[in-house]
Amino acid sequence: MNTQGVVREMRASWAFIVRNFNLIKRYWKWELVFFVYTIANSITMGFIGKGVEAFSGAELDTSYLILYMLLGSILWGYLSILFEIVAETVAWERWEETIEYTFMAPIKRATHLLSVCGFAILYGILRAGLILLVVSAFFDLDLSKANVLSATGILAVASFSFIGLGMVAAILPLISPEKGVQVVHIFQALLLMFSGVYYEITVLPQWMQNVAKFSPATYALKGMRSAILDGKGFSELWSQIWPLLILGLFLLPAGIYFFQLMEQWAKKRGVLKRSG
Amino acid sequence: MSYALTTENIKKVFKKNKKTIHALKGIDLQIREGEIYGLLGPNGSGKSTFIRIASTLLIPDAGKIEIFGYDVVKKASKVQRLINRVSVEASFFRKLSAIENLLFAAGIHGISKKEALKKIYAISEKVGLDKGRLHDPLEDFSRGMQQKVAIARAFMTEPKLMLLDEPTTGLDPRAKREVQSLILHMKEKMGATILLTTHDMEEAERLCDYVAIIHKGRIIVKGHTEKLKAMIAHKIKNPTFEDVFMEFTGVSFDEAEYEEAESA
Repeated sequence: MNTQGVVREMRASWAFIVRNFNLIKRYWKWELVFFVYTIANSITMGFIGKGVEAFSGAELDTSYLILYMLLGSILWGYLSILFEIVAETVAWERWEETIEYTFMAPIKRATHLLSVCGFAILYGILRAGLILLVVSAFFDLDLSKANVLSATGILAVASFSFIGLGMVAAILPLISPEKGVQVVHIFQALLLMFSGVYYEITVLPQWMQNVAKFSPATYALKGMRSAILDGKGFSELWSQIWPLLILGLFLLPAGIYFFQLMEQWAKKRGVLKRSG
Repeated sequence: MSYALTTENIKKVFKKNKKTIHALKGIDLQIREGEIYGLLGPNGSGKSTFIRIASTLLIPDAGKIEIFGYDVVKKASKVQRLINRVSVEASFFRKLSAIENLLFAAGIHGISKKEALKKIYAISEKVGLDKGRLHDPLEDFSRGMQQKVAIARAFMTEPKLMLLDEPTTGLDPRAKREVQSLILHMKEKMGATILLTTHDMEEAERLCDYVAIIHKGRIIVKGHTEKLKAMIAHKIKNPTFEDVFMEFTGVSFDEAEYEEAESA
């Protein structure tokens, strides 16, 4: 690609980011509603952590448990927003009937998808930070050991895999205008179940633990918990970083490839436009 | 003679609920550069399917289609730089303003914001869009106004081939006349080649240099607007396009629309 081509792709990328920002600005009341919903979920998880001592009767490190559950909930909120924005790349545009105009624009699909994902990551991180800020008012959180820098580093490395998974999720509304978005939720639920969002994966049956090894969320959660709860530095988290790098290296190009493959399929079947 | 669009035996079949619909049954067209080519047919005759294929949004099952010498399927990104489209639905992010929608469209076509703003203001004047309303959400615009923004969006990228898929359907008579004037302006001032699909006989007569009548996925007849009428002038005095359609298809346009609706 020549310089002019790169500039064109960069302009297109920026256009997607600005458009998504404008859409969020215009729908801010709904964003607020979903933000409150996520906070309610996170606070509930925090209280479950706090309540364990009461119903188990054992003396436990409640502060650790609260933070353990909250981190699961916040990362889950981050993943959910990422999947939603990426999956809606197709679903929202189909609903607005703009999909054909976007898909006939002379840009690379990778630029299109990566820009939407880039926006989703920035928005997701901002949202996760705000949630942590709000829920910390409800609990006496001990963040003295927290290594925020290495937690951010883990999130950044994990994002490559999450983008790849998001693109795979975006295929679902592309191939099924009627049920695709709902299936994305099933996909998320499976990730939730296998990745140890609210528990250590060691409590899972062996075959589920084997599946969990292929989920980037497993390593992201473990790494973030180690950074925040135990204050581990980035270099100490290598056992989480390398699987994330390998998964990212595979999932990111695979996501783009499969999306393009299914776009061709949708163009053959004529399902690009149909509204669900 | 150079051609903007050529097709050979384009076929498209859709399978819907165990039903097979032969949308296009072998379309051959040659559109010369700089002309307004009308694809005239009732609803469901295959016009929009053809436009979608030319727009790189649908892949044909058989046949070949080229735009300015580029294969539409194999060289889609090259083709996308040369075309733009206005469809029957204006298709915008309704909550966003006209200018936000237009800047987004410019951005994904690789146009800088500075250049896009210059174009938007210039085109708004041409298409009769009040600059003061450019910051209003599209959902507050009338259908006619939305269609003008859609035309501005297509103008902005300066396409060599403009694909207009029933751009005046559903517009009130005044808005319809304004959009038709814009189409003529587009041809005269910008030298664009235009493929216009319509089921409006008068519109086809007013705007098109050359017309192909499509019925049940087949081109029934094609030729210069005046020549087509002249072909049946010996049978009917002062023939209209409605008469041309009936002569070559054996059914009236209204009957054809009813038949297509029944079989859909």
